[in-house]
Amino acid sequence: MTPFLEVTDIDIAYPPKRVVEGVSFKMAEAAIGCLLGPSGCGKTTLLRAIAGFEPVQRGLIWLEGVELSRPHWTLPPEQRRIGMMFQDLALFPHLTVADNVAFGLRSWKAAERWARVHELLNVVGLDEYAQRYPHQISGGQQQRVALARALAPRPRLLLLDEPFSSLDVALREDLAHEIRAILLREGIGGLLVSHDQFEAFAFADQIGVLNQGRLLQWDSAYNLYHRPADHFVADFIGQGVFLPGRMGEGSRVCTELGDIDGIPPAGCAPGDPVEVLVRPDDVTHDDSSPLMAEVVERAFRGAEFLYTLKLDSGARLLCLAASHHNHQAGQRIGIRLEIDHLVVFQRALGAMNEA
Amino acid sequence: MADSRVFPEPGKPALVQPEGAHYFCRGDWTLAGIEDLDSRLAGVNWPNKDLQLDGSGIGAIDTTGALRLLNLVAELERAGHPVTLIGLRPEQRALLDLVRERRADAGVSAPPLTRSNPLERLGRAFVSHAQAGLQFLGFVGEAAVSLVHALWRPDRLRWRALFGNIEDAGVRALPIIALLAFMLGIVIAYQGGQQLKIYGANIFIVELISLTMLRELAPLITAIIVAGRTGSAYTAQIGTMQITEEVDALRTIGIAPMDLLVLPKLLALVIALPLLTVFADALSLFGGMVMAQALLDVSFTDFLERVPRVVTLTSFLLGVGKAPVFAAIIALVGCYQGFHVRGGADSVGRQTTVSVVQSIFLVIAADALFSVVLGGIGL
Repeated sequence: MTPFLEVTDIDIAYPPKRVVEGVSFKMAEAAIGCLLGPSGCGKTTLLRAIAGFEPVQRGLIWLEGVELSRPHWTLPPEQRRIGMMFQDLALFPHLTVADNVAFGLRSWKAAERWARVHELLNVVGLDEYAQRYPHQISGGQQQRVALARALAPRPRLLLLDEPFSSLDVALREDLAHEIRAILLREGIGGLLVSHDQFEAFAFADQIGVLNQGRLLQWDSAYNLYHRPADHFVADFIGQGVFLPGRMGEGSRVCTELGDIDGIPPAGCAPGDPVEVLVRPDDVTHDDSSPLMAEVVERAFRGAEFLYTLKLDSGARLLCLAASHHNHQAGQRIGIRLEIDHLVVFQRALGAMNEA
Repeated sequence: MADSRVFPEPGKPALVQPEGAHYFCRGDWTLAGIEDLDSRLAGVNWPNKDLQLDGSGIGAIDTTGALRLLNLVAELERAGHPVTLIGLRPEQRALLDLVRERRADAGVSAPPLTRSNPLERLGRAFVSHAQAGLQFLGFVGEAAVSLVHALWRPDRLRWRALFGNIEDAGVRALPIIALLAFMLGIVIAYQGGQQLKIYGANIFIVELISLTMLRELAPLITAIIVAGRTGSAYTAQIGTMQITEEVDALRTIGIAPMDLLVLPKLLALVIALPLLTVFADALSLFGGMVMAQALLDVSFTDFLERVPRVVTLTSFLLGVGKAPVFAAIIALVGCYQGFHVRGGADSVGRQTTVSVVQSIFLVIAADALFSVVLGGIGL
């Protein structure tokens, strides 16, 4: 199957600064993806290039087998049939909800136009608010109007530029789920930009992690968490600490918590310094274990405690334990390591000073 | 050679020369002590032969120290002393390699302390203005293409927006233009009348008023008022939409901002400004007429009877004919500056100011050009 959206090796620059470098990814038709990264990583610029607002200095953007961008040539956004939801929604303040949604349907016949507007307002559950103005409805409702407006001209792909960032956290995930369901029902692909991994997990099937203008990994949420391709991804997605260790014989990694079996990174010889990613759910509390660590901090999370532990060497670990195991800071508790997906990285040069 | 010996203090970075061209690095080459080292190295007389720098005595080294060492080697080699660096531990060598590799992107060289020279500033200002001018020309071209498309398919023109703009820019401007044109007529009649009275040439006030007003001043004052009133509003409106991303939103739902935001404004002003100019013509003549009667005893009847004899159709049409050109300048500059709003609300204010200043400047420049060209062809 030919991919639906294809971004090939693109560079975007605001001279002299290169904001996006060598990014490539593909999305299937009606797939839902997300570009995730810290602020300033170039994700919004990348999205705006797909929408057609930014030219590319290198590489190609294709949609449904049609070229949209190449160096020195950019198909204008109004001809791309790519919808977009903006961070500040950008609703037209002097138009009613219905007129906002109808605005992009000017070339349609009046009957069809109003039928489409009502269909969409029903989908987002706002039919009774059709005659209100944007300032008369709530933030979540405005988001839905923005969604309806973006979907009205039947775009081939919907881009979402952090549209949930102005909402409170509880509403955010609900709305992300809701929009995902609407997109799936309408058969329209979506690409979200976010710095919030939980929003990304709630919304997207495939997530690309960006840092400093580079796409580090384009994968499912599960793989980003359990098989991060890179030190940054491992650090950015989920919680965890890196435990120093050394490669042992074969596929063993020796750490102060004992030897662990795993797949060593390419080019690692026995004896090389490595780092092992230890997630809080990899460390289990076990009173009978000979391995002891001191509780430094704890955070109550309802069903469980998140303990920060200090090993004898001074290294720190995070541990999730059921909240009926109530230990105070300063206490020593027994722990056990249960790592299903071992993630090992070669230790960076910066660690040299300790040698 | 006592002066070439650099005495070490414990911990402080230093260079010791036990024999010949063999120098030992000592101490901690870190940020804390590097300034010390700099001052001591300044006094060293380097022997004029191949040097050996031995790093085996270095305690700790950080990137600053590594950079200083690399720079030292570079300085010595530039001064004609080939240097070999020996005795470094592998990890120190790795740090040195890393620093050497990254020196360029770290931008460690301080920005050159050059006072900007006036010629350079002039050149930069010229280039940036020329680029802005070219961009504006590009915008004008784009608008022209959209205009041709719109005239080809008039059903796609935004008629409602067009009439709305004509009302805003034309009808609502009538009171202010009436008042200012009337007062301008009075001012010119008063100043001119004082001179004419001396020679008893009172009746020539009609020539003075009608020719200056119809040909030059009425079109100009109308254009200036409209630039301040409507051009600024265009910039502010489009600029605000630019900030709230409404312009981008329009494009993603398939609407070209040129068609929705620029063409109706451009056409509205091109229609409204000539009409406003005719209105200003009439009101300024009236102002002159009132003054002529009060100051120079030229009655309304005499005045009105003389006007058609001194004002040719050509003069009248030349005055009104300039208005569409002024209108296009004002509308295009206003819209262009609106699209150039970036960032926040302060930018809207800035671009609005720029828009008014530029459109008035261009209107007057175009008027001067008209005078030269029309004078040249004898009109």
